Amino acid sequence: MLLFENVGLRYGMGPEIVRGVNFSIDPQSFTFITGPSGAGKTTLLRLMLLSLRPTRGKIHIFDRDASQLDKRELTGLRRRIGVVFQDFRLLDHLTTYENVALPLRVVGREEKDYRAEVIELLRWVGLGDRMHALPPVLSGGEKQRAAIARALIVRPELLLADEPTGNVDPGLARRLLRLFVELHRLGTAVVIATHDVQLLDQFGFARRLVVGDGLVSMFDGASP
Amino acid sequence: MPPNNVVVPARHAPLIPRDSLAGNALVAVIAILTFLACLTAGGAMLTSDAAHAWRSEVLSEVTIQIKPKSGVDVQAVVDKAVAAASHAPGVEKVHAYSTLESEKLLAPWLGAGLDLSLLPVPRLIVVALSDQSPDALARLRQVLQQAAPEASLDDHRTWARRIGAMANAIVGLALVVFILTIVAMATAIGFATRGAMAGVREIIDVLHFVGASDAFIASEFQRHFRRLGLKGALFGGLSAIAFFAAISFLSGAWSRSPGGNEIAAMFGSFSLSAGGYLALLLVGAGVTLLTGYVSRTIVFRYLSELL
Repeated sequence: MLLFENVGLRYGMGPEIVRGVNFSIDPQSFTFITGPSGAGKTTLLRLMLLSLRPTRGKIHIFDRDASQLDKRELTGLRRRIGVVFQDFRLLDHLTTYENVALPLRVVGREEKDYRAEVIELLRWVGLGDRMHALPPVLSGGEKQRAAIARALIVRPELLLADEPTGNVDPGLARRLLRLFVELHRLGTAVVIATHDVQLLDQFGFARRLVVGDGLVSMFDGASP
Repeated sequence: MPPNNVVVPARHAPLIPRDSLAGNALVAVIAILTFLACLTAGGAMLTSDAAHAWRSEVLSEVTIQIKPKSGVDVQAVVDKAVAAASHAPGVEKVHAYSTLESEKLLAPWLGAGLDLSLLPVPRLIVVALSDQSPDALARLRQVLQQAAPEASLDDHRTWARRIGAMANAIVGLALVVFILTIVAMATAIGFATRGAMAGVREIIDVLHFVGASDAFIASEFQRHFRRLGLKGALFGGLSAIAFFAAISFLSGAWSRSPGGNEIAAMFGSFSLSAGGYLALLLVGAGVTLLTGYVSRTIVFRYLSELL
């Protein structure tokens, strides 16, 4: 599904932030990207999301060479990816409901067609009574749940999440991760960037990409 | 059906927040430039209409001129010329200016009460034509040459050509000014669109990441800017229509005042035709469409630079 071949990234003439990275993300896999703060986890996710172009190497996504994609094809691929940003990136002028429904709206679906499923997902993540609120009045945890709901509403083939449980209590964190596991069980490949060691220990079956010094080391998970 | 006790508003909030985009300032710029474009277009149409009317009037008559010469009985030549012209085909009316009437024509330049009997003032005969074709004019010229060879015929075509050339120059200049106004408007819209996009860059990024196509994003901007363009075009276009309606009313009032006939003869009636007002409405409609088109083009160009 996702293949990095000797991928490197540098900004300007500076040192490489990502150096000669090789790995693959298989369909229906569950992968953690871990490493200390500033190691490049978010950068790696942005390369996966194709919002950054590597300065060397190749990225293949959904069997396509990312460097050969035109805008239309890139848009089509992005609709198969759900992304949860570390800084949430909710649109402040839209309500929680409208933010979660955004991926459905931009592909042209009618509001009456998706209203029920958006409301159901909002209630599931605990935002049923906050759907008319605007993001500036939401707490950090509520924003995170809204961002997760927005990524999940389209049932993506690949889910990229950057510190998705960083702002929630342990109980809700377990609940959200169970949602990710359920998605994985239904066929979504899940990639989570986190530095939460406890989280990694809970999901021993997951593969780990450890980022450090611009390099990536792979560790397969234990058999379930 | 949504779950119980859940009321979901039916509104679809705009994806690009309206208060982040160029608003009243752009409406004002579009309104002013639309007004100027309409003034230019209307002025060109008035000029063209006036020149056309003047040419028609000038070409509907010819002037026979008899210059005084020693040994020639001017009055006899006038009588022969009047008789010949009256019987020529394509002539509607013949009027020979008397000596007194000729002196009155010169009064604005030479003053009243001046004895012109010692001056070689030509006698004029105005011939109104019912047939302005070259054949009819040629026949009149031939008849006059035979009956009164001392008389000369001026068909006013030189003057008509000069009026036409002047009118064409004014209309051409107006067209240049009109085009420059439209270019200025398109440039202003382009700047406003670029500025607006830079201001909502983060929103555009999010839209891209959730799968919005460039066409979808462009249509959001286009819809907004077209609305601004419509507002500005309405203000500017309707103001221009009101302006022309006002001067049409005033020119009607002037024409009833002393000297008003001369003013109307010189400058026309300052009244736009129904077609002229329609043209102003079309300018407004064109501005609205231009606003949407330019903003969409700029948005696409901007988005093509983004990943």
